Amino acid sequence: MRKRESTEHVVEVATPEFEKTAQKKEARRGLLMALPSYLYLILFFVIPLGIVLIYSFATRNRFGGTDLSGWNVESYERIAEPIVRTILFRSLWLAILTTVICLVIAYPFAYYLSTRKPAIRNVMLVFVMIPFWTNFLVRNYAWRVILGNDGPFTKVTEFFGLGTHELLFSQKAVVLGLVYGYLPFMILPLYAAIERIDGQLLEASRDLYGNGWQSFKNVLLPLSMPGVIAGSILVFVPSLGAYVTPEILGGAKTTLLGSYIVTQFLTARNWPFGAALSFVLMAVMLLMTIIYFRKGGRTL
Amino acid sequence: MRKTRKLQVLGAIFAMSLLAVTACGSDDDDSAGSACEVGQIDGDLAMYNWAEYIDEEQLAAFAEEYGISFTLDTYESNEAMQPIISAGNSGYDVIVPSDYMVSILIEAGHIMKLNLDAIPNSSNISDDFSGLYYDPKAEYSVPYQWGTTGIGVNTAVVGDDFPRSWGLIFDPAISGEFDGQIQLLNDPRETLGAALKYLGYSLNTTSESELNEAKDLLAATSSRLAAFNTDSADEFLTSGETVIGHGYSGDMFVQFLDQDNYDDYVYFVPEEGGTKWIDNMAIPFDAPSPCTAHTFINWMLTAEQGAALTDWNYYDTPNQAALDLMGEDAEGYYDDLLDFIRNPELFAGGVDSLESIEDTGDFETNYSDAFVNAKG
Amino acid sequence: MSNAVEPRGLSKIGLQINGWLVYLFFYAPIVLLVIFSFSESRNVGKWGGFTLSWYEQFIDSSNARNALENSIKIAIVVTIISVILGTMSALALERFTFKGKRVFDALLYLPIIIPDVTMAVMLLLFFGEFFEILDNLFGLQLRKGFWSISISHIAFNISFVSVVVRARLAGMSTDLEEAAVDLYASRWKAFRHVTFPQILPGIAGGALLAMTLSLDDVVITQFVAGPGWTTLPVYVFGLIRKGVTPLINSISVIMLVSSMLLVGLSLLAERTRRGG
Repeated sequence: MRKRESTEHVVEVATPEFEKTAQKKEARRGLLMALPSYLYLILFFVIPLGIVLIYSFATRNRFGGTDLSGWNVESYERIAEPIVRTILFRSLWLAILTTVICLVIAYPFAYYLSTRKPAIRNVMLVFVMIPFWTNFLVRNYAWRVILGNDGPFTKVTEFFGLGTHELLFSQKAVVLGLVYGYLPFMILPLYAAIERIDGQLLEASRDLYGNGWQSFKNVLLPLSMPGVIAGSILVFVPSLGAYVTPEILGGAKTTLLGSYIVTQFLTARNWPFGAALSFVLMAVMLLMTIIYFRKGGRTL
Repeated sequence: MRKTRKLQVLGAIFAMSLLAVTACGSDDDDSAGSACEVGQIDGDLAMYNWAEYIDEEQLAAFAEEYGISFTLDTYESNEAMQPIISAGNSGYDVIVPSDYMVSILIEAGHIMKLNLDAIPNSSNISDDFSGLYYDPKAEYSVPYQWGTTGIGVNTAVVGDDFPRSWGLIFDPAISGEFDGQIQLLNDPRETLGAALKYLGYSLNTTSESELNEAKDLLAATSSRLAAFNTDSADEFLTSGETVIGHGYSGDMFVQFLDQDNYDDYVYFVPEEGGTKWIDNMAIPFDAPSPCTAHTFINWMLTAEQGAALTDWNYYDTPNQAALDLMGEDAEGYYDDLLDFIRNPELFAGGVDSLESIEDTGDFETNYSDAFVNAKG
Repeated sequence: MSNAVEPRGLSKIGLQINGWLVYLFFYAPIVLLVIFSFSESRNVGKWGGFTLSWYEQFIDSSNARNALENSIKIAIVVTIISVILGTMSALALERFTFKGKRVFDALLYLPIIIPDVTMAVMLLLFFGEFFEILDNLFGLQLRKGFWSISISHIAFNISFVSVVVRARLAGMSTDLEEAAVDLYASRWKAFRHVTFPQILPGIAGGALLAMTLSLDDVVITQFVAGPGWTTLPVYVFGLIRKGVTPLINSISVIMLVSSMLLVGLSLLAERTRRGG
């Protein structure tokens, strides 16, 4: 990684002892910067997570409470049931599809954004976020009206002579809703990554390759990879756990992982199984991310 | 690295000790309200109720009468409210759990025994509501409102000539032409319950084979549906998204009466029977102001307040005195309302065909699994 | 910082069209939402003549006003604290090596991937115990409310902010900053005048994301809130159960306008601070 090289470069000229103390000082500084968040997350995240982890090994009692005795791994064993696998693969497919579509739309958009004048850029960026200050649920309901019976979408397709297409309560509607919901999560990090790339470098590469695609593939894309990775994670992860959009726009006709987990906590009142499912989901996400990071040439 | 490992271990120990504290804590006595007297106030009122189930004005009237202030927070399902109450320190004085949830909360010790001496108006409650299965001696809860779950139909499309049966949803021979325009509740107990009723079983069955039959029926129906949805059954009907919908009585009435063509819509409970549910007022075990809570419950049970409540949320009242008051109303307004919500045609199989959802204990997870499996 | 290269020819037109389509996509439901907030009919999607009654209904409801106020207060505090903590974490991870760095990296990732209902449940259990322990040890009688909600929102937002800031920091050249340090500027000064302006777009993006997530959260907020601390999304969630009426549209529009004011004011404050 580049930054490490350059830090080393600075201390290279110094004497060994000086180097050592300087490194120690650096390490202390780094830890000091991380410490507030570190402690915060241990107190308000790791400890609570420990509680649910314990719950995942407990048993649902007759009345939907959780008995914290008689530890077992039954909840984890249930994950081998075929229905869980079906739900998992269905959700994975939907999440990957959403991520790819978001990437395809957001990349040119973020690039376009970064070619604008700085003042206009900021305004354009804020205008990306404004729709998302309305309520998440209400946005989904607005899409239901658009896609629904006699809604604007049908009117438009009819106007163009494409026939009546009712998208509502279909898988397509779910993907559309997810893309809408998470597109800004892709745009923000992509923009942050593309905007800092040196324009002269791109200019040079274009002169070198003389071909937009080559220059994109060999220069722009590798340099913006951190943004691609961050954006993909921010879209993939919530898509995999989504339950509101599939319910409102998909009509809840098939079960997805997100709603399966919510059902365990808020309908079946089976907290141990819900907790176990959550840990499996998190493990899958971690695994996918690590693979993705490897592909992207980074380590987690 | 070693240091962080140590931190992790410390964290784990801390978490364990937290749990140890839980295990021995929260043994509050049942009788925090036993010393309360009629009309006693021991603090402000914090109510946790279903959304749109009480008029803020009504709460404000109570607060003004007793010189206190109030807060009203809302929830959208029993299962979302219960963990918040059960975790303790919720800060609420009055909650409104449904029937089966009352029995769960009693069993867990998370609602307190009421001091009925402080609630003399409980005598206003109709005899139909005595000896309820979830609180046989009426020690922990007081009925708030009740209603049914049934079918709403757009008669402008379906016509008037259809059987008052669950077959309207489950039998393709009856409703096949409306495939893709039918909605069922996204709720395992209600929807499997409807299928069980259609098959002639109890909706509280704990028989694996009966539930399996219902599951197969639902799986076969699933592809004919527009959606599984709990919030919008009534809106789907009036917006034309569906023509046959499965939903709650009061929601349907409010929505239908708001349409210009309200004559086109009917709501009924099929002849095989359906769900009757009763929501109740109860006091959490650690309510900050239990006496104010008792006073409030007593106040809500007066004839005037009972009538005002039904007038606002269109659900039926268990309050006999309120019904009498509504019946005597000179302008005839309440008559119409009562005619509407108490129309005998609503219950195709008579009131006796109705059944309440009961907590089935360990079998509860079978229902939610069957529901997921039916959807595929 | 120089702009990325202005594209030429066909690709320029393509980018422009894509840009407009994205905005059309973003704003189509918003326009619809705003229009129907003025519709007389209870059914969203059926125009029933112009009315302001839904807004009046909002203003008349002390609960709704209270929820809006709660949401805004929480969003402000959450955004500020998460931006500070998240940016520090991003810097620590991208610019330093220290003991436990990998663990910290993984730890920061967890709040992003945990299902929100699971986080809600675990925080509900946690706060129950936490308050009881504080009560037993110090006699502190704490109630769930503003701080329990803010603490929970910050717990997931630190991670989101740091992801966005790191995307900016990663691979960014440190030459300028080191040159500044070499010129005997203090480390802090070098950061303040060199690094900070460079990563500002990342920080701003992180702040926008944190604010949006805080304003949108339903499940976690519902579980860690106490009496009187209903936020707007939780309020809307409850309303929807009894029917989607234009009331929720009008609430959304009010939310939209207040957020725009909030961001507008903070930009204005930033400008006057820099100007003065």
